[in-house]
Formats: sequence, structure tokens, C-alpha cells
Amino acid sequence: MPTAAPAAPLTNTSIEGAIDHLKASYPDAISADDREGYGGIIVDSAQLLDIARVIRDELGFDYLSSATAVDYLGAGDHMEMVYHAYRSSGGGTLVFKAQTDRDNAEIPSLVSVWRGADFQEREAWDLYGIRFPGHPNLKRILMWEGFHGHPMRKDWREAYYEEELKPFDSRWPGGHVHRAEEKNVFGKNVSYPREIDLSRLMDTSETAVYQSLGLGVDVERVMDKDGFETNELVVNMGPHHPSTHGVFRMVLTVDGETVTSLEPVMGYLHRNHEKIGERNTYLHNIPFTDRLDYISSMGNNHGYVLAVEQLLSLGRRYNEPTYRCEALRVMMVELSRIVNHLWAIGFWLNDIGAFFTPVLYFIQERERILDFFEAVAGSRMMCNYMRFGGLFADLPERLKSVSNLTNDRVRDYNTMQFLTEMVSERIPRTIDELEQLLTQNEILIERSVGVGVLSAEDAINYSAAGPLLRGSGVPYDIRRADPYSIYEELDFDVAVEDAGDMYARYRVRVKELRESVRILRQILPRLEATKGQSIWADGKPGAYAPRVPLGEAYGRVENGKGELGYYIVSAGGRSGTANPWRYHVRAPSFINLTPMGIMSKGYKVADIVGILGSIDIVLGETDR
Amino acid sequence: MYGTGLAKGLLLTLRHFVDSYIDDIRYGFRKYSHSVDNFGVRQGTQTKGVITVQYPDEKVAVPERFRFVPFLIIEDEDHPTRAGKDWCTSCGICAKVCPPQCIWIVRGNDPVTGRPVPEPEAFFIDIDICMNCGYCAEYCPFDAIKMDHDYELASYDRTTHHIHDKDRLSKPNSYWRSIAPTRAYEEMLSRGTWEHKDAAKEARRGQTSSRPSAPRPAAQAAPAPAQPAAQATPAPAASAGGATPWSEDDAKREERRRKALERKARRAAKRGG
Amino acid sequence: MDLNLQELNATEFPVPAELESNIAITSLSQLYNWGRRNSMWPMLFGLACCAIEMIATASSRFDFSRFGFEVMRATPRQADLMIVSGTVTKKMVVPIVRLYNQMPEPKYVLAMGACASGGGPFKEGYNVVSGMDKYLPVDVYVPGCPPTPQALLYGMIALQRKIDGQSIANGDDVPWYGAGSAEPTPVPVLGPDIIDPRQMDMIRRQAERAAQEMTALGTRELPAAMQLAPAKTAASTAAPAEAAPANGNALAYELPTGGTPWTEAEDIREKRRLRALARKALRASRRASAEEE
Ligand code: SF4
Ligand code: SF4
Ligand code: SF4
Repeated sequence: MPTAAPAAPLTNTSIEGAIDHLKASYPDAISADDREGYGGIIVDSAQLLDIARVIRDELGFDYLSSATAVDYLGAGDHMEMVYHAYRSSGGGTLVFKAQTDRDNAEIPSLVSVWRGADFQEREAWDLYGIRFPGHPNLKRILMWEGFHGHPMRKDWREAYYEEELKPFDSRWPGGHVHRAEEKNVFGKNVSYPREIDLSRLMDTSETAVYQSLGLGVDVERVMDKDGFETNELVVNMGPHHPSTHGVFRMVLTVDGETVTSLEPVMGYLHRNHEKIGERNTYLHNIPFTDRLDYISSMGNNHGYVLAVEQLLSLGRRYNEPTYRCEALRVMMVELSRIVNHLWAIGFWLNDIGAFFTPVLYFIQERERILDFFEAVAGSRMMCNYMRFGGLFADLPERLKSVSNLTNDRVRDYNTMQFLTEMVSERIPRTIDELEQLLTQNEILIERSVGVGVLSAEDAINYSAAGPLLRGSGVPYDIRRADPYSIYEELDFDVAVEDAGDMYARYRVRVKELRESVRILRQILPRLEATKGQSIWADGKPGAYAPRVPLGEAYGRVENGKGELGYYIVSAGGRSGTANPWRYHVRAPSFINLTPMGIMSKGYKVADIVGILGSIDIVLGETDR
Repeated sequence: MYGTGLAKGLLLTLRHFVDSYIDDIRYGFRKYSHSVDNFGVRQGTQTKGVITVQYPDEKVAVPERFRFVPFLIIEDEDHPTRAGKDWCTSCGICAKVCPPQCIWIVRGNDPVTGRPVPEPEAFFIDIDICMNCGYCAEYCPFDAIKMDHDYELASYDRTTHHIHDKDRLSKPNSYWRSIAPTRAYEEMLSRGTWEHKDAAKEARRGQTSSRPSAPRPAAQAAPAPAQPAAQATPAPAASAGGATPWSEDDAKREERRRKALERKARRAAKRGG
Repeated sequence: MDLNLQELNATEFPVPAELESNIAITSLSQLYNWGRRNSMWPMLFGLACCAIEMIATASSRFDFSRFGFEVMRATPRQADLMIVSGTVTKKMVVPIVRLYNQMPEPKYVLAMGACASGGGPFKEGYNVVSGMDKYLPVDVYVPGCPPTPQALLYGMIALQRKIDGQSIANGDDVPWYGAGSAEPTPVPVLGPDIIDPRQMDMIRRQAERAAQEMTALGTRELPAAMQLAPAKTAASTAAPAEAAPANGNALAYELPTGGTPWTEAEDIREKRRLRALARKALRASRRASAEEE
């Protein structure tokens, strides 16, 4: 087992055992979180760093999945950092929290323990204004340097702020329409602090980026072995760059062709998902999750409904989803995993030079799966298919279209037949073709073997997830490590490769494609067997405004890109509303970028796009 | 041997190229002729060759559940008592479930009594905000708002075209039945009538109506196995075998389609002008 | 795409029937537009979810190369069309405006999806620009979230129709046929919030007003929901939030005194028109002086 922890007997204790051990060793610093519906422990932030080391080294929780802040304004008036740690060998979560004041918020940085906390702490600083002493590079990550305020704080209001919670009162019954910009003096989505100094307006966002490279003014002089004096060069890639898969940006310093350091710059698609999510009702958030990782929206839906169902199950009137519902969910998620991996491999190939031919083959398959999504869920990409305790609708009898214009061309298939053909012929054939096209391709091998290497220790320490983690030899797949839905009874293997390079990640994706097909083959008979069963436990669709009991929940799924987690706090102080108090997305695309710097060090500039492509990010999720 | 992997890959692209011709020969002109089956061949799971849709000349029809921006249902023009009346009762549920809050409803008030009447005075949807999520249609208790299939909405000016008001949103019930027959039928089963719930109620109350009274919905949730005896409206065969689920005569449908096209043309003209 | 000479043929001069497929009599403007609209090169540039649908449109099933759109250029200097495909954030609008300035004229902007048209579902967010037309003139809006590939194709055809309607002779509606180069669109600045240089005066005025009316604009209430009472309408009597650091976004809650400010694009167009007129006058005077000589 490649873990960073030394083998100690404690690394196998249960969560309760671990908590007991911590309480015994730090009696003053640790208290149980006994708020209603909460779990885990609250750690005195003065001793957080020591305790974190114990948690990692002695107790074996070597994988920090998520670290996020919550603003409890009005419910204790404090800020809280919430950490979810796991063992890379599988099992449940250890939740620990550290609290601090709202003014002058400060919590010691855990980057020295888990490097994976790096970006997440920067995000907490950016959006919540919590300072992390000990963080090597604490600056804004999603917003630009110089932006006023920390927008996720509960008392920070946007320019288009209307009301604290949805639904807004102005929509009905007296809904006289206006556009938000008509109410703003500037006609735009802007608001400036009163003390704005217009005489010294400077764009500070860029300087901050370059300063962090230690480059500000003086470019480091490097003496190479032949005695030539060379300069390190700063190369800026993105945000408008065809190979950054969206609006991602990297600032590299290069020595000749070799990359010496790399700094990801993001936030160009920061759409304030979480701020909007905390104003939304629980139901409103489902279509918003579609727009996170917009390649595999079904997976996003799944993680979110799992998290909310966890909360709902704390209440009394909750019914487990029916078996058919679970089977349908799994089928949809696996289909979108196939879409996701085809897309990821295709665009990774684009990046390393196989321009567009393979992608076109893959997109053809994707189109067929999207046709299926469109016929079942109503939209090709933004499926919005899952509901709490159920689904939008069962499979239709036939995948059928009706013409409403004279030159419409109509399609009509039997749904199950279509699925059977896809699963038994079409998709396996595409995977075979993919392998034939690429796996033995010498150019591909030369380009990708040994490039972008990430060791198993680093992968765990940097909280890498998904194919990135498994490509480094860590057999960690949430579907097996911490099973949810009906994955436990399904027969499939965790794809894993040891090399840790781009090629290994590619191989992991191909294997996962095959495993997904294997799962789908098992799902189809289950769908046949449950035909006629309702997708809702009590036979009728759920309410549009479910009452969610107090508490917190962390629901996570293995999405195409890695561990997608939703941390949801219900009603922190506001009982009886239908809006989450905290809604946080642990985005695999975002956290998988943390090791980007070490993965690209020492490789050529031309490899960088390939390495980025092999991580497989989607900006909607990275920036949220 | 070095290069075999490369050659294999190239062979594959070659095979794709050849396949497209073989496929063409296999299906011949049938593949490209304009009939339902053939388009199914070209877009289906078996095809290997060209899959391009010649967009403006032929279009992939969208499936029934497809959702683009919403529209409101009004009663058909030939309805004896409620022609052109809104189905919407301005209950406000759609405005509440709308995630980006882009539905604006002014509830109607009776001018005399000042009491709310079940009819919206104004209804707006800002399609620059609408995320096509379909919640409004899903949670409307009166089946009064539905997701449209008309995606050809591009315009040159958004200030005048992108907030849809009630006129722009309203489409007759028959339009909904033409774009989503299966679902319209399912809804009819659970509602118990092809008309609005209220119409059925009125009919039951024995008020003047040329239509025979619609049956009471047997069970709201599961479609009752017994065919509801809605005599005035043709009894559809449950969506089986790909046949149109109701046996309405084609002339009528053609008429509807023509009307829809006209409306579309009118809109296009408006938009263009 | 087949060369369809009939569609080009647009004069009253009759073409003999046997020559219809070989000869077209047309105006220069039309010929020019015809060539231009069938070789629109979009910029290879995707912002968000809509970009994925744009790629789907480019791929073999919908294949916008049938309309001459296929050459996606990664550099703005070779592109005619900017498809703004996705949510425009404040951080991203700066590069977008810069890219637009680098595109050679004639250039067009197509706003794809609800986000690019008017803010979309994320409109209320603090980092989201409510519509590309706040900063650049947009030629075609394609609503939808996301627009399906066919909807995008429809929008592209709409753009072609728009180009057909333009004329070299008439500098009013297409400024780039006039003399001289157009002024670049001012690039927004990322200050405490995004600052549009064109609005500098207005921002200054507002800042002055805010400074004078300390009491009216300087304090902020805690949002009502922060009180433990769940009632959304409960008026808050809490102290001003000095506690919250670096927060004072008060300026935005003022109602505009006149005019709807979101018709920004109209302003831009108006300015363009005026510029074109000025250029026309300039050319006329040049011509006059040349004749004198
Ligand atoms: S939910 Fe239906 S009936 Fe109620 S206001 Fe909306 S459209 Fe009208
Ligand atoms: S489709 Fe969704 S976003 Fe659009 S109006 Fe309906 S509920 Fe609102
Ligand atoms: S319009 Fe919808 S699909 Fe397009 S970028 Fe915006 S949220 Fe994404």
C-alpha cells in the first residue's frame, strides 16, 4: 500500500476509534461537534497543525479530500474550516473543523501536511477572507487581486443583489418584469466601494501573478554549463489558448525549452456557483450542477442528490430511492463517464498533435449517447435528470421524435433495443477502434511515456483524484472504496496503472471505458427485471420544496474526472427553510490542478499542453 | 516492428473511409432519401458512414421530452366554451421553482371585487436568463406551461425580442399535443380530460357544454388501465409500435402544422423587421 | 458547398435560360458579400458549456463547414467572427475585448447562449458580465442554454443573412468600408470591480455623490436573513457592518436617473455610425480638394 504514513496499528482503526485516540491525546484541544445533525470533531485552531500531523501519520488519513470554509454569521458569528480526510486504502471520512473569528479570521495552513490543501485554502482566503499563516503562496485564486471584499461572506452583497433567498417576492404575484441592469446606476453588474480611489487606478491582478514567480522586476540569471549567460523567460499561456480546454491560464518560466516552474491562474470562468447555490433552494441547485462539469452532467446530479438525500435521511419522512431509480442513475452516470473519457482522450490527443481525427470519431459516439440523454432527460448536455429520492422521469418506451416542421427528420427506436445495441456493439467497437488507433501508436508512446510523472505519494498528498490518482498506482475508486448507490453489488474492477505518466492515465481511461461497458451490461438486465417499478418510492414525484433537516452532509461520487463532492450545510440557524446555508463543491478539476506545477517541472513546453490534457479538466468545474 | 502501431491506426482511418462507401452502397439512395426509416438508418446505431445532417434542408427532429424555452398553453380556438383562454391559473409555482428566477407573473385581479382571479394578467419569461431546465413545466400543477421545441430563435436585437410576454408565449393546446403526443396523452390520463381541469369541472357541474362530460380521473398517479371515455377527443392507443399515439386524421394535423408554420413565419417577419 | 449562381444573380438584366448555371449578373457589393459570408472564419475560442455545443456543431454530424465556417482560427488576427460561447466573466471580459480589438475588420460577434446574450442563469453572480453587448457590439444573439447545434447553425445562417443585407456603397451600416481604421474598444480595467473606461465620468460622479451623502450611501445594513428569525421581510436593525472588512458596495443600489443604461450596445452602434459619417465627410472633402487640383 503506497501511503505516506508509516505503518502503525492505528491506521486501521474505525473512525470512532480514531476520534477516541485523538481525544485521549489532546483532551483540551478537541471536542465533539454536537450541533444538531453535525458530526466529527472541532479542533482548537492553535493546535490544528499538530493534530493534523497525527491524523495523517498516526491515524493514516493520508488523503485530504476537501477543505472548505463556512461563514456562520448569525449562528455563532464565526468562521469555520471544515476538513474531510480519508484513508487512501478506503473507508469513511474523518471530519474535523477549526473555528475562528469573523474579523481577523486566521487558521494555520495545512499545506505542510497535505499539499492538497493549497488551492483550497487559497480559495477560502479569496472568497471568505480567512488568512492561513504558513501558506506558501496565499493570494487570490478565483477573483483577481484587488477585488473588493470576500464575496462568499454572508454579508457581502452583489451588485444585482435582490433578496437573501429564493424564490424572490418580486416575481409573483406582482411580477412586473425588469432587467437587473435597469436597477443599477451603471447599467452593469458592478458596484464599487465608497472609498474607491479613481486617481490611482491600476490593474493589480497581473503583477500579483508574476510576483509569485519571484520574477517581478529582476529576471533570474542562469549560467548554463557552457558559460553562456541565459535568462529565464516567462511564457504566458491562456486564457485564450486553444489547448487549455477553455479559459484556463498558465504562467510558465522556461529555461530554453524546459519548464522550470508553472503557476496555474484560474477564475476566468468563476461563475459564483456557490454564492448562487446558497441563495437557491435545494431543488434549484440541480440544474446548476449540470453546468459544473458540463461534459458529464449526470454525474454532477448524482453527487448532489446523494448529498441532499443524506440530509433528508436524517429526517423522519424519507424514503430510499427504489431499486429501479438507482439502476437508472448508475446507467446514466456510466454513460456519461463514457462520454467524458472519450472526450478527455480525444482532446488530450488534440493537445499532443493528433489533431481532430480521433476526436471526430469519438464525438460521433458521443452524439448517439447524447441523443439518448436528449430523449430521456430533455437536453443533450444539461440533463437535469435526478431528483431527491427519484428521477425526472422513467425511460420512455421509445426514443422518438415528432416532427413539427415539414423538413424535420424523425427518429424512432425502441429504448431498450437502442441501449442493447449501444452497449453490446457500438460502444465496445468504438473502444476497440480507439485502442487500435492509439494504444500501440509509436508517436503517442514517444510523446506520452515518462512525461508528466506523478508519484503515488505525491498523488495522494496533493489530493489528486480520479484517473490522475489511479494512473499513479493508487487503486482508489470511490465506487469501491466508499460504495454508494448499487455499485456494491456490481461486478467491475478498479482500473489502475503504476507508471504515473500521461500514458498511464490514458490507459486508465481506456480501462475505465471497458469497465463502464461491463457495468452497463449488468445494468440492462436489471432494468428489464424492474420494468414497471416506480422510480419514486411512494409512487409519486417528490415535492418541489422539500424540508431538509438541520445538519451537514458530504456526498461524493466518482465522476469521470475524479472525486466530486458536495458539502452541504442545512439551515445553519435558519430552521425550516428550503435553502442550503452552505453549498460547496469539491471539484476534481480544480484540486487535480494542484500537482500541475510539480508534474510539469523539467518537461518541455510542448509537453505542458499534453500534461494538462491528461489531467482532464473542465473549466466550469475548476472555476465554478 | 517499429511503425506497426502507426500503420494500424492509419489502416483504421482508411477503413472508416471505405466503410462510408460500403454503407452507402448497402443502403443506396435509401439512406439519403427523405423518409423516416432512412433517417433512422443514417443516424442509428448501425450506420458507419456519413452522419451529417444537412441542417437547413433537413433537421433532426427533437424528441418529445426536448426542452428549449417554455411556452404557455391556451385552449384551442375551436373550443366551444373556453377558446383562447389561458390554462395558467397564475398560481405562481413555476415562478417559485424557476432556478434563475426568470419568470415574472402578474396575478390577475377581478376589476370589480379586487379578488384574485385564476388567470395571469401578465406573464414574462426572460429567455436571456432561462436555463431551459424544465422545472416550470415539471411542477406546474395545471399542465399550463410546457417546454417548446422551437429552437430557432436567433435574433439581431435582444432588447426587444428576448423578454417573452404572454402573447409571445401563448400557444394552443393542440400545438402541445402535436409536438409531444405521448406526454400529452399521459397528462390527459392523469387529468382525465383533454381540456383544462377547470373545463372538466365546469362540464361536470352540468353547465352548458357541447362536449360530453369528461370522466373523473381514476387515479392521479398511475394511468388507469381503463381507457377514459373522452368521446369528443379520439381515444389514443397507448404509445406502441411507433405509430402516432392517436388516430387523429392527417388533414387536421396538417392544418395545425400549417398554422404553426404560419405563426413561425409571422414571428420571423416580426423579428426580421 | 455548391456554387449556386442563381442565388447570386440579382439584377433585372435577364440571363438566357441556357446560361443560368454559368453566368450571373450581380452587383459588386453582392458578390463581395457572397464571398465573405461563405468564408466566415470563427475564432477558436470557447468560454463555457456552450463551447462544447460549438465543438459539436463543428464536428461531423452538424458540420458547419458546409457554410464556410470551418477554418477555426486560434489567432484573432485571422478571424472574422467571434463566437462568444459561454458565460462572460469580469475576469475574462478583459482578454475578450483585447481579442476583439485584434481582429481585423470586417468583424462580427455572435453571442451564443443565454449567458453571452444577457447573463444567463448566472447573471446575479458577482463575477458575471450580463451580456457581451455591454462591452462589444453583438450582431446575432442565439438564445438557449445551451443552444443545440442546430440552433447555433440557425444563428450562423442569420448572420449570413445579415451580411447579405450590408452594402459596400453604404458606409452607414458597415463602418469598416470607410477610410481609416476604427478606434479600438477601450479595454476594461480590473479595479475593485470591473471598470469600463467609457463609464469613468459616471463612476466619478457617483463616487462624489457617495462621498457627500455619507449617511445615505456609506452605511450598509446586515441582510435580514442574517437575523435568526427566518422571516425574509423582517427589517434589520443591526449595526452597520463595520465588522465585515473591505465591504462597502453601496453605489449600486441607486436607481438610474434617466434612460435605461443597458442599451450600451446601441451607444456603441450610434458612435460607429457617427464615425462612419465623419469618414464619409472626410472622403467627400478629399475628393473635392482633389477635383480642385
Ligand atoms: S405553475 Fe402553471 S398554473 Fe401556476 S402560474 Fe405557473 S404556469 Fe400558471
Ligand atoms: S425552464 Fe427553468 S429557467 Fe426556464 S423558465 Fe422554466 S423554470 Fe425557469
Ligand atoms: S448559456 Fe447555459 S450552457 Fe451556455 S454557457 Fe451559459 S450556462 Fe452554459
